[in-house]
Amino acid sequence: MQALYAQLLVGLINGSFYALLSLGLAVIFGMLNIINFAHGALYMMGAFCAYFLLNIAGIGYWPALIVAPIVVGIFGMILERTMLKWLSGLDHLYGLLLTFGLALIIQGVFQNYFGSSGLPYAIPDELKGGMNLGFMFLPIYRGWVVIFSLIVCLLTWYLIERTRLGANLRAATENPTLVRAFGINVPRMITLTYGLGVGLAALAGVLSAPINQVRPLMGADLIIVVFAVVVIGGMGSIMGSIITGFALGVIEGLTKYFYPEASNTVVFVLMVLVLLVKPSGLTGRTT
Amino acid sequence: MTALTDDTLPVTGRTIRDEMIAFGVMTALLLIVPFTGLYPFFVMQALCFALLACAFNLLIGYGGLLSFGHAMFLGTAGYVTAHALKVWGLTPELGILVGTAAAAGLGIVTGLVAVRRQGIYFAMITLALSQLLFFIYVQTPFTHGEDGIQGVPQGYLFGVFNLAKSTVLYYVIVAGFLLGFLIIFRTINSPFGEVLKSIRENEQRAISLGYKTDQYKLLAYILSGTLAGFAGSLKVFVAQNASLTDVYWTMSGEIVLMTLVGGLGTVFGPVVGAFVIIAMQQYLAGFGQWVTVIQGVIFVVCVLTFRRGVIGEIAHYFRRSL
Repeated sequence: MQALYAQLLVGLINGSFYALLSLGLAVIFGMLNIINFAHGALYMMGAFCAYFLLNIAGIGYWPALIVAPIVVGIFGMILERTMLKWLSGLDHLYGLLLTFGLALIIQGVFQNYFGSSGLPYAIPDELKGGMNLGFMFLPIYRGWVVIFSLIVCLLTWYLIERTRLGANLRAATENPTLVRAFGINVPRMITLTYGLGVGLAALAGVLSAPINQVRPLMGADLIIVVFAVVVIGGMGSIMGSIITGFALGVIEGLTKYFYPEASNTVVFVLMVLVLLVKPSGLTGRTT
Repeated sequence: MTALTDDTLPVTGRTIRDEMIAFGVMTALLLIVPFTGLYPFFVMQALCFALLACAFNLLIGYGGLLSFGHAMFLGTAGYVTAHALKVWGLTPELGILVGTAAAAGLGIVTGLVAVRRQGIYFAMITLALSQLLFFIYVQTPFTHGEDGIQGVPQGYLFGVFNLAKSTVLYYVIVAGFLLGFLIIFRTINSPFGEVLKSIRENEQRAISLGYKTDQYKLLAYILSGTLAGFAGSLKVFVAQNASLTDVYWTMSGEIVLMTLVGGLGTVFGPVVGAFVIIAMQQYLAGFGQWVTVIQGVIFVVCVLTFRRGVIGEIAHYFRRSL
């Protein structure tokens, strides 16, 4: 039973990353009509940013949790202003190709300087050790990642679904021209949205640094799984992305326990099944 | 939604004539390569990728479907052909046949899933499917994991042509490439190809005209996958191995890049793009990971400033279709 709970916890942690990343992808897709292939690379940059902050500037985990998403988010906004902006009005697929190229550049540069092996990032002192819950041993850091990710996801949901800013954003997703006529600066909103999505990815990167080590290709395979998550959940709803992300992480964790051979493929197999039964995805609208 | 290739010219007698002349020039150039001292291995490798990119282009350029998982056809056909030649001891022609058939089967199975969604979702689904297949090949014993299937015997094609001789192999690869190219060329200019183009331009209108567009897209996908598999089978004879790199997503990305550089939706663009990218990889082999960075830069530059690609720009300049 211990092993089962341990795998469930690993599943929840992976689910947190799926949720944070697919949430960002959905928000970006809503505003920019672009599937951000660079999302995995920007997640990796978040982790490296935390690593640099610690090893060069001596800035620890807690400030990095805020600074890294902001730095990477600003980097994302520069990408949006200098490149992605020019793709509006073109076919969606050009956005995918451009961001794929950006992912190759970012990952290639990091691989050149840091090779492919992992760099260690220590768990902050406050979150070291573990708790005995009676039925299982819970490493505190892992529990923290799950709870903190859930809070961030719910805050993002609140921001988009319940605030005035979010209402403007949703309106601009539906009809940007009309929203501009109301005097709202839509291009700036698009840039900020991209920054927000990228920031969420970078935050996931910082959270994962102590667990998965810091590697240049840490986001490369992850992003493909997240794409499958997005296909399963559909990009129509924010809450849908969050729930699908966590649920698939848990299913993956269970598979690791009951049938480890399929743990790499289970998400893709589920994607195939969902496409056969409900092609529009669990929460999505038909496109 | 703006179509991927904006200025489609009407197909006229002149268009077909231009393309025929270009085809003649290409064939003549390929036939004289062994006499020029050019490294035949490079040209053979580039031709396999050229056919692969042409097959990919059939789907994106004429059907409007971006597959980000075409490496799965290359890799699957490669593994099956290599296994058939090495373990089952089949003749080359049978090896190519079973490899291509495996890719066709894979095309039917994955096509039924992928064609259910369009646009951006189609790209993500094909990418996920190819990653699924990658993990399966990592685990199944017949692929020999990281090592791949190595030292594949080349044998005698039809019992006559000794494929171990590089000149013989070269002409066999050229013949295979031209065969695949002509099948694609014929498909593009057939009534079926015209319907595909209409789906790319405006799917709703094609549906309202009574076309079952899903069936057309599925058929195009299967045909594209089969021809990509054919290229993968041919590649086994050149490289004499089949490995995991051929199924990985980076390979799918390279196929997209070749087609983009040459020109999406042009007949000859993918061929030019394949030669450009393979040549670049050869010359920059010593730079390690910078090759990846350069490929990324090419992607970005192409998308931002050079969307028509090499052949597309030339064709646009001369107001011809190539």
